Amino acid sequence: MMKEIRIHARAGQGAITTATILANAAFEDGKYALSFPTFGAARMGAPMNAFVRIGDNPIRVRSQIYKPDYVLVQDPTLLRGFDVVAGLKPGGLAVINHSKPASELGLVTGGWVLTVPASRIAREIMGRADRVNTALIGAFIAATGELSLEALEKAIYTRFSGKAAEDNWKALVEAYNEVKNRGN
Amino acid sequence: MVKGRMLQGARAMAEMVALCRPKVISAYPITPQTLIVEELSQIVADGDLEAEFINVEGEHSAASVCLGACAAGARVFTCSSSQGILLMSEVIFNISGMRLPVVMICVNRSVSAPLNIWNDQQDSMILRDSGWIQLYAENNQETCDLLLQAYRIAEDHRVMLPVMVCADGYVLPHAYEIVDLPDQEKADAFLPFYEPIYKLDVENPSTMGAYADPEKYMETRYMIQETLKKSIPIVEEVARDFSNTFARPSYGLFENYHVDDSSTVVVALGSMAGTIKDAIDELRTEGEKVGLLRMICYRPFPKEALYEALRNAVNIVVIEKDISLGASGAVATDMRAIFQGRDASPRISGFVIGLGGRDVTIDDIKLAIKKAQQQFEDADFIGLKEELELEGIDA
Amino acid sequence: MKITLGTVTHPGGSRVNKTGSWRTAGKPHFLHQRCIACDLCALSCPEGCIFGTGQKTYYANEDYCKGCGICANVCPVEDIEMVSEEDEHG
Repeated sequence: MMKEIRIHARAGQGAITTATILANAAFEDGKYALSFPTFGAARMGAPMNAFVRIGDNPIRVRSQIYKPDYVLVQDPTLLRGFDVVAGLKPGGLAVINHSKPASELGLVTGGWVLTVPASRIAREIMGRADRVNTALIGAFIAATGELSLEALEKAIYTRFSGKAAEDNWKALVEAYNEVKNRGN
Repeated sequence: MVKGRMLQGARAMAEMVALCRPKVISAYPITPQTLIVEELSQIVADGDLEAEFINVEGEHSAASVCLGACAAGARVFTCSSSQGILLMSEVIFNISGMRLPVVMICVNRSVSAPLNIWNDQQDSMILRDSGWIQLYAENNQETCDLLLQAYRIAEDHRVMLPVMVCADGYVLPHAYEIVDLPDQEKADAFLPFYEPIYKLDVENPSTMGAYADPEKYMETRYMIQETLKKSIPIVEEVARDFSNTFARPSYGLFENYHVDDSSTVVVALGSMAGTIKDAIDELRTEGEKVGLLRMICYRPFPKEALYEALRNAVNIVVIEKDISLGASGAVATDMRAIFQGRDASPRISGFVIGLGGRDVTIDDIKLAIKKAQQQFEDADFIGLKEELELEGIDA
Repeated sequence: MKITLGTVTHPGGSRVNKTGSWRTAGKPHFLHQRCIACDLCALSCPEGCIFGTGQKTYYANEDYCKGCGICANVCPVEDIEMVSEEDEHG
């Protein structure tokens, strides 16, 4: 069984880091994983995608992901002009960094949409509203349980060190708890 | 637990190069090769590899430094892409002509114009006639495995020719996946110190790559041609030894994926083979007899082995990321040639795909296979955008 | 779209690239209260996407505005403010 994740972000917003943390955590969980980016204009702010495939067997397919099981949107302004939920599988989930509830975003999809105020969480914990990746991952894991928290903690402490690692882990847990406490 | 580490491809390749203990590394940065040489220069700067990392002003110089250092008896490494490969090309021919066992990674990228930094295999394909051994990798693990083998093959005194390991740009170096690298001791045991046959030595002066007039030149080319033919079993032998040493399959000349019971066989090189395998698995669950022959060793071209593997196929579907403009795909042309004057005569269709980084999907592969099963295609472009108006082509 | 021989392009060819999609840090809101038509906002805009014909007429073409905020910064009468866009779409 292979799960496919498509990440929407802007160049410079750390989508590759998001993808790497997810792939690393999957590896820590004993799974196979492949993550890779696509670059468009290769300039800060230009919309780009990163992709993650996680499976019980070695991942072979290397095309971009057109029918994702999950979509992660790091920047709410990407809803302007991009169909971020394009191809989302029925029953799949899109996790969007947004301060509004999903019902107010007007997205048309056969999957589920979950919003999490990742910018707010990042600003409160790290003082930077653009470091949203770990909060987004926390919400994603709370909703899906695809990866274990232990594996994610390891992956975050592999990717970051010192205070950055502590803060990113804190952001992940806060978003995780925030979603869990919604009780649906 | 899955064995290995989750690594970015470029990091894995750089670590593998370091495990091969080159004495001289020279390269000039070019996307998408840059990550690899950045990692390598860091490894050298950190003192984790005793090597000279020589910064140069361009790829012609990078290749020349490697040529010179190799001529002086050092194991060397370089790496480039696209325009960098083209700029090196003059030196590339000198390296093989001088029988220097240089090893490089060609991080495959399209060639200009128009400027495009993304992946296809036009750059290395242009150099298929250069006398280098060319090995194409499917994934990062294989790129690393082939690097270790490349030095063994190149430095084998029966060979003494350079090897180019080809890895699809972005698709491999920029991807994170699980790679299992050997420890230094095991790498050393597999790859002993390089012992040159000739080397530049002030105590014992010599000239290399010297002038050869019409009385001699043709023989130098015959020698390379014969040596390349004889290196086919050496490529296999080294792959066998690798598989035994590291308990991981290394396929040698090519990988046989359901070829034997298939009437339709796809032939392809490089990273798109993974996507093709998934497409083939889907087709096989629908009852189709489709397989993949994934070519690893493209030069020397293992004609006999390929003929034997493919003689029972009805349809051969060559899918490649290059085009010999004005003719057909390079690989399709080569494949057609091996069936000349033989008993078997399968239909060999050619498809050009993924140029300049256009995504290669499972559906694209299935479309090529379907087209080839219906009729012969010479060099059909898969994935062209119909909505684009092409000046001078469309009426 | 047309692909020309040799991918030749002409001035203005990049109009098809609506780089306003790169905008992340908010966009300029022209208050049209204290504007003196000094034209500084239009002259300073690195995208050349601010237009106006007199007092209180200036606007930014959002297809190309990248939200750099230079216009709001240079406005001598503080008649432009940068506003978050997160609330607009959704």
